[in-house]
Amino acid sequence: MARVIVVTSGKGGVGKTTTATAFAAGLAQAGNKVVVVDFDIGLRNVDLVMGCERRVVFDFVNVIQGDANLNQALIRDKRVDNLCILSASQTRDKDALTEEGVERVIGELTERFDYVICDSPAGIERGAQLAMYHADDALVVVNPEVSSVRDSDRVLGLLASRTRRAEQGDEPVTEHLVLTRYSPSRVDKGEMLTVDDVCEILSVRLLGVIPESEAVLTASNAGIPVTLEAATDAGQAYLDAVARYLGEEREHRLPTQRKGLFGRLFGS
Amino acid sequence: MGILDAFRRKKKGNSAALAKDRLQVIIAHERSGANAPDYLIPLREEVLAVIRKYVAVDDEAVRMQIEREGDYEILELNVTLPESGSHAASDR
Repeated sequence: MARVIVVTSGKGGVGKTTTATAFAAGLAQAGNKVVVVDFDIGLRNVDLVMGCERRVVFDFVNVIQGDANLNQALIRDKRVDNLCILSASQTRDKDALTEEGVERVIGELTERFDYVICDSPAGIERGAQLAMYHADDALVVVNPEVSSVRDSDRVLGLLASRTRRAEQGDEPVTEHLVLTRYSPSRVDKGEMLTVDDVCEILSVRLLGVIPESEAVLTASNAGIPVTLEAATDAGQAYLDAVARYLGEEREHRLPTQRKGLFGRLFGS
Repeated sequence: MGILDAFRRKKKGNSAALAKDRLQVIIAHERSGANAPDYLIPLREEVLAVIRKYVAVDDEAVRMQIEREGDYEILELNVTLPESGSHAASDR
């Protein structure tokens, strides 16, 4: 049975698209059939981060409006087998998505794929609510920073009330926390919320901690999902998160500053 | 963290701890208000205005919240009056 996963955060710029693409590629690398759906109508970016921006002919809105079918709109990734993208439309406004249309397309995708990953737009308006509506699981992307944590709490409230599962009284959406842009050296100095702080405030199960990493920018510059750069810290952290999502026990390797005795006594 | 850090932290304060405290307060507040009906805020304002006709109270004196227990909804209204019989706007 296919799972629908929404990647959401409330706040913009915290790493939703990075997480959605990395997670999708990681799941596909593990042998699953995966599609990433870009819900950010008018501000699409999954295509660019995945490196297929020049191959978009038809998009999500075309499929909803019946101008194209899914076969025409799905873009196959050239590096990873079984990984596809359904791009958002760049020209039309958010009202181009209809509830019935989204339901039909998600329904068709769940018949073809093992995982349907919905990359939500920022905010908590209609676009974000449509992206989360059909979710079975949610990856809530948070930065260790006050505004991001607060916004995530609002999103958690919506996941518990404005989703199909909530409305139909089914098992609630399974929430997973993905803490991104984590800087262990700043945590050590007491300048940044710790992993435990964020988990305690939001009371959500931690799926992964992604360190602040140069690899994320480098990968997106080149249009490569960061899990394809498995040797990097961020790539490894996302692959660990994917493994945990798939049920594997993996310890959180928090990249703490390693210090000798001298460093611990007199370190900055 | 080192010995020197302990001194430094005392001086500069720990901004992460401050962030955590502030977040816990605001999130608890917002969660309690998240399920409240839209009329709760204007209702509170009007109740506050009525009370102020008789007693001088500050903005935080009236607290209202809705609690759900099974099929019931309970509207809880809390008014904190000033300590000693403080004279109100009633001499007007």
